[in-house]
Amino acid sequence: MALLDVEELSVTFARRGQRAVRAVDGVSFSVDAGEVVGLVGESGCGKSVTSLAIMGLLPRQPGLQVGGRAVFDGTDLLQLDDRSRRDIRGRDVAMIFQDPLSSLNPVVPIGLQVTEVLTRHRGMRGEKAAREAAQLLDRVGIPDPKRRLKEYPHQLSGGMRQRALIAMAVACQPRLLIADEPTTALDVTIQAQILELLKDLVRDSGTALVMITHDLGVVAGMCDTINVLYGGRVVETARRRPLFRQPRHPYTVGLLGSVPRLDAGRGERLNPIPGSVRDLLPWPDGCAFAPRCDRRVDACVGEPPELVLTHDGRSYRCVDPAPVAGLTPGEEVRAAAPGQAVPGSAPAQAVPGDPPAVPGLAAAPSEEETP
Amino acid sequence: MTTVGGKKREKIDRLAELSAREDERGVSLWQDAFRRLRRNPAAVVGAVILAVFVLVAIVGPFLVPYSPTDTMGIREGVVRVGQGLIPGHSAEHWLGYDHQGRDVFSRMIVGARQTLLVGVVATMIGLAVGALIGGVAGAAAGLGGRWGRWVDGALMRFIDMLLALPSLLLAVSIAALLGPSLTTVMIAVGMVSVPVFARLLRGSMIAQSNSDYVLAATSLGVRKSKIALTHVLPNSLAPVIVQATLTLATAIIEAAALSFLGLGNPDSAIPEWGVMLADAQQWLGIRPALAIYPAVAIIITALGFTLLGEAMREALDPKLRK
Repeated sequence: MALLDVEELSVTFARRGQRAVRAVDGVSFSVDAGEVVGLVGESGCGKSVTSLAIMGLLPRQPGLQVGGRAVFDGTDLLQLDDRSRRDIRGRDVAMIFQDPLSSLNPVVPIGLQVTEVLTRHRGMRGEKAAREAAQLLDRVGIPDPKRRLKEYPHQLSGGMRQRALIAMAVACQPRLLIADEPTTALDVTIQAQILELLKDLVRDSGTALVMITHDLGVVAGMCDTINVLYGGRVVETARRRPLFRQPRHPYTVGLLGSVPRLDAGRGERLNPIPGSVRDLLPWPDGCAFAPRCDRRVDACVGEPPELVLTHDGRSYRCVDPAPVAGLTPGEEVRAAAPGQAVPGSAPAQAVPGDPPAVPGLAAAPSEEETP
Repeated sequence: MTTVGGKKREKIDRLAELSAREDERGVSLWQDAFRRLRRNPAAVVGAVILAVFVLVAIVGPFLVPYSPTDTMGIREGVVRVGQGLIPGHSAEHWLGYDHQGRDVFSRMIVGARQTLLVGVVATMIGLAVGALIGGVAGAAAGLGGRWGRWVDGALMRFIDMLLALPSLLLAVSIAALLGPSLTTVMIAVGMVSVPVFARLLRGSMIAQSNSDYVLAATSLGVRKSKIALTHVLPNSLAPVIVQATLTLATAIIEAAALSFLGLGNPDSAIPEWGVMLADAQQWLGIRPALAIYPAVAIIITALGFTLLGEAMREALDPKLRK
């Protein structure tokens, strides 16, 4: 069992007089200790809402509905009461946010903000906490940490601020770290430093890292496993190499194709995915990506595509995926149930995506599911 | 967890050092605000006016040429109110005598202390009560759940009631309830400013409760009470401090108004600008200058506070920071 198992997580925002918005619509993924898992997708696909839901940080308002499970080390984070949730936050599960400037309190010195966590979860006070805070800043590569402790956030550069935030997040050596676009607000050189730092932290401490990003470059450099999200659902899951070498879902293909390349010829145009994320079809009516998809076939509309598990432990949610060279469609879908993705170990099957099925129980002949 | 290792570490250090260098001049929020205040001519003028005012209020009573209560004009027979004789300025008495034959200059100087006292104490009362109510309501509304919203609603309806009454009417009722005295004036004027402080701090705190650093602190498991006190409150204070400076100006004017209406200190022995103004209205026909002196003094002082307050608002406004 993985450290964090997110199963069929769904988040719905409802406003009186308005149609309910299903921001996250049955997202499932799992993270093991020491593993870096990416959640990738364009703005509005539900990445951040997923992470906030796991942390229990969604603004509590009438009309908010969170469904599914997020099992962390045996406890469902979604079912926790406020008190135990606060105890877990920062100690076992921590989060790094996108904008390091606005995520730090501008009128409180860095030191106080770091020691706050130490006091809260490790009972450290005074001199001892200050010493530990200095060590933390040192560990995340902030030079002259003693002096920095007394400084205010606006006196630090963007990269240093993000380092300070990371220091706060890892202060209690959490077992799970969620990084929500940790490098988006930073310039490229600093980005690389921060990613290096995160990678080192994961490698050294065995922390599980969930990396939320829209930046495929970040994904390529960091993640072991990648989940591509679209319209609030995972549309493709794969290990890093296979994903970049052989994207199956047309959306993933589009994402990879739209990355600007330095080695592109002069005058060559960028390849955006046409339309915007708002053009989605509601999942029950078919594939949400269908309106923008260049591989659209008739079967895309009418019923939601089911999650197809392939023999190499990948999965995608598409009725007509991009082909893999050397494999006929019938051959390649020799899938395993989720969680036991052993190549060739189980008969071909597909897990229906809607309504949610108990993983591993739903089975249907593959030939009917994948044309 | 071990430290980030080796060569890479050195490289990162060097880069970080470089990026840190340009931030050397950095200072705290308040230092930065002060620096911008000094560059603003309005702020400098306001500060100079206030400095003179405070200096006069503190040392003035020790330097005045005559006792402010000595009715020497009557005694010496120079002031004969019945015959419409109140002498104006002279070499000995710079601003002349008042209707009881007292030296107006001395009374103005000594009155500064009373005026400052009333303004400051009244503002402090308003700030303390208003900030308490607004702070609790803001924290409850911003961070608390359904229960918090209920507390916020109850407190704010009370504030709405205060706000619904015209401020002078409220002050007069309080003054009437407690009987005329200087303390009454302070409390009355203070209570009038309570709703302003309460609403301001509450709104500011609710806005700050939605900020990213509150979310970040929450994600680290920091307790709500701690978040309210160390994160939300300090960030919400700037507009309240600005408002306090501006309130000082109105407090002085309102205190003068209450004194003028006869709700101030009934013992006119202790000079106060508002009382002096009230007394002077009877003699406007004979010597209008008696009203002009305290009026001008009140206006200039209020102007000083207002200039400084507005400049502080600008200096502390994060949207105007460069």
